[in-house]
Amino acid sequence: MSSFKQNFKILLIYKSALIGLITILALTGISMYTVFSIPYDEAIKLWRAGEQYWLDNPRNAIPSWINVFSSKKSPETIIFDTQRPQHGVSKAIVQVSDRFTRIKIEFLLNYEYEDFPSELNLFLKSNYNKSSPQLSVHWVKPNGEDIILNSFLIYKEDTYYISNDDRLASELKSMISKKINGTIGYDAPIAVLLFASEDASIINPSTVNVMRGEYKLWIDGIAFEANVNLDAKLVVYGKVFGWAGTDHLRRDLGIALLWGMPIALSFGVVASVSIALIQMFIGALSAWFGGRIDSLIQRITEVFMILPFLPILIMISTFYKFNIWILLIIIIALSIFGVGVKNYRAMFLQIKEFPYVEAARAYGAGNFRILTHYLMPKVIPIVIPSIVLSVADFVFLEAVLAILGLGDPLTPTWGKIIYDAYSNGALYKGLYHWVLEPSFMLAFTSLSFAMLGFALDKIFNPKLREM
Amino acid sequence: MSTPLLRTERLKKYFEVKRGFIRRSKGYVRAVDGVSLTLNRGEAISIVGESGCGKTTLGKTILRLYEPIGGKIIFNNKDITYLRWKDLKWYRRETGLIQQDPFGALPSFMTTKGILQEPLIINGVKDKKERMEKIYRSLEQVRLTPIEDFIGKYPHMLSGGQQQRLVIARSIILEPKLIIADEPVSMLDASVRVEILKLLQNLQRDYKLSIIYITHDLSTTRYFSEMIYIMYAGHIVEGASTKEILKSPMHPYTKALLNVIPDPDPSNRLKVREVPAGEPPNLLSPPSGCRFNPRCINIIKGVCDSKEPPMFEVDKDHYVKCWLYDHT
Repeated sequence: MSSFKQNFKILLIYKSALIGLITILALTGISMYTVFSIPYDEAIKLWRAGEQYWLDNPRNAIPSWINVFSSKKSPETIIFDTQRPQHGVSKAIVQVSDRFTRIKIEFLLNYEYEDFPSELNLFLKSNYNKSSPQLSVHWVKPNGEDIILNSFLIYKEDTYYISNDDRLASELKSMISKKINGTIGYDAPIAVLLFASEDASIINPSTVNVMRGEYKLWIDGIAFEANVNLDAKLVVYGKVFGWAGTDHLRRDLGIALLWGMPIALSFGVVASVSIALIQMFIGALSAWFGGRIDSLIQRITEVFMILPFLPILIMISTFYKFNIWILLIIIIALSIFGVGVKNYRAMFLQIKEFPYVEAARAYGAGNFRILTHYLMPKVIPIVIPSIVLSVADFVFLEAVLAILGLGDPLTPTWGKIIYDAYSNGALYKGLYHWVLEPSFMLAFTSLSFAMLGFALDKIFNPKLREM
Repeated sequence: MSTPLLRTERLKKYFEVKRGFIRRSKGYVRAVDGVSLTLNRGEAISIVGESGCGKTTLGKTILRLYEPIGGKIIFNNKDITYLRWKDLKWYRRETGLIQQDPFGALPSFMTTKGILQEPLIINGVKDKKERMEKIYRSLEQVRLTPIEDFIGKYPHMLSGGQQQRLVIARSIILEPKLIIADEPVSMLDASVRVEILKLLQNLQRDYKLSIIYITHDLSTTRYFSEMIYIMYAGHIVEGASTKEILKSPMHPYTKALLNVIPDPDPSNRLKVREVPAGEPPNLLSPPSGCRFNPRCINIIKGVCDSKEPPMFEVDKDHYVKCWLYDHT
């Protein structure tokens, strides 16, 4: 025990080991927190639920902390809901007669951002019996101009995708063009047309700017029955979201980044430790028994050594889509007869001639006990550095498979995020955070294991010690 | 006299030498070639010989760490020569091994407690309390006291002498009847040697242990052994009581061995000592006849180099394997 303490003290002399250790502990702490606060099933649900589930999130949003560093403040998502009383929301239902109900809903939006929102949606819910209420949606700009966006009959649950209203887009465009005596030559999104200052700057997409002030969206509705209620939710989608941003399906990348951590860590550690221990055991078997068992194990190892690992893994994952833990088992199964078996065998061939092993034979230790209690413990301290170093390899391997599209399609992992980013052209669209965040996490994780591993190597391998 | 504790009859252990790609046999190293000896209960014997004479192999073969290829080992009237490993469990409890290099003989990753409880666990002492009692008793027996200071230590934290005491404690923890001590002091400082030998002597006397003491150093044998067997090239060449051998050695090889014991008397410093020339023979192809004949100064041409001598009983309990004593 005390020699462990001694080594630990030496370990802390190396600053890199200290940093590595602290970061690994931090990663482990965050992983624990993630696993307990967002249970696995819930994480899968959050990640795989479908777009309906994240409908209130902006699409392809950047992390909100970027606002701290940029001069142009990007808007956050603003949500108004008549079911949740808040400032700027008002609803009035007036029973005109037994056949008519008038409904008026108002949302007052004080918009002070310098950038346009990304989208606008209006979610509607009504409890009519027979005939649908008729609504007209009005938009009032800070300069007092009132535009009717659309008029329509609604279903019990309905959504007016304001940003997708092509007819409205062309109407707005021609209206503004007339007002400023110019043509808007580009394909301006509705969010821009609704929020832009109506002057010459709107003609060019690079100069167009926000008309700041108080906007109002109001709904004028007539229901053709008594006792009709209507609830509306207006979502003005921003361009920033959370601490990690969102992807093309409006999913919060933070969930995947957080959940990628316990998955990456457990994948790397389990793969690295179990492969090392199994290889060690096979190497010990080979060296201890010798003869035919030795020859057999060595031949199997040589066959496995010349098999191309990655192509075989790619082939298997192409044929069978399986979850990440089965992938882990397959990686372990393909690696247990790796080159490590040869190294361990060489070490054990030497160790098995040590007098203490003979002494153990003399007091009756059986083969299995010799392997597990006398041979393997002697080697474990020597291989700890390489076990720690290879954790990063397996974290990367999992990411590589995911990036190639061969990973677990369900589990949120870092590799999967990069894969999604790649297949949705994140870098062409300038969504750098989508690629950089998971890449940074991967690099950070492997760096911390590498720093610890190299320091451990220096301690256990006296040739490298610098003192 | 009751039956002896251990008897070997023409015990043989050859090692096959294989060379080349297809591992063809190139012959055998005859490390132990027909050794017969007898060990009574509570008696200590020494086996003396130079490096490579097969004395260590003999010890390990008796312990069945090597598989004998001929002859017999009879322990307590039971023939254990060809018993299988699992039928030998009782024999492991009856025997103990003390090795030459105490540090190598102790697993460096176990504490004193771990080292001592291993034989107990393996031999089915399940009760933890009983194990601790036995550990304490054996540490007391080898005088590694105060026990609390040693129980949690790793071998590298102990001195050479303490390590060897721990090895001895481990070998006696199962309360064996036979201990094979293979050069137990040759790697220790001269100052600790006597201590360790006295300890073995006391243990042998107090617990009626039988000890086979294997050494290359005749001068250490007198501490406790009653009989000395001189070994040369896989053969026992002379066997007699310790006194007898030291007083009147008969085999030319024994004489040579006695000659090289350092003499502390300064007046003898200029005396020329006769040391047999040459080296021990290659056991892969030992010389014909007496195996000592190429180095022997008293060689009888035509006899010694052609016929292997039998054991001649020249005196009561004094046996010599040499043609010089052929008085028939």
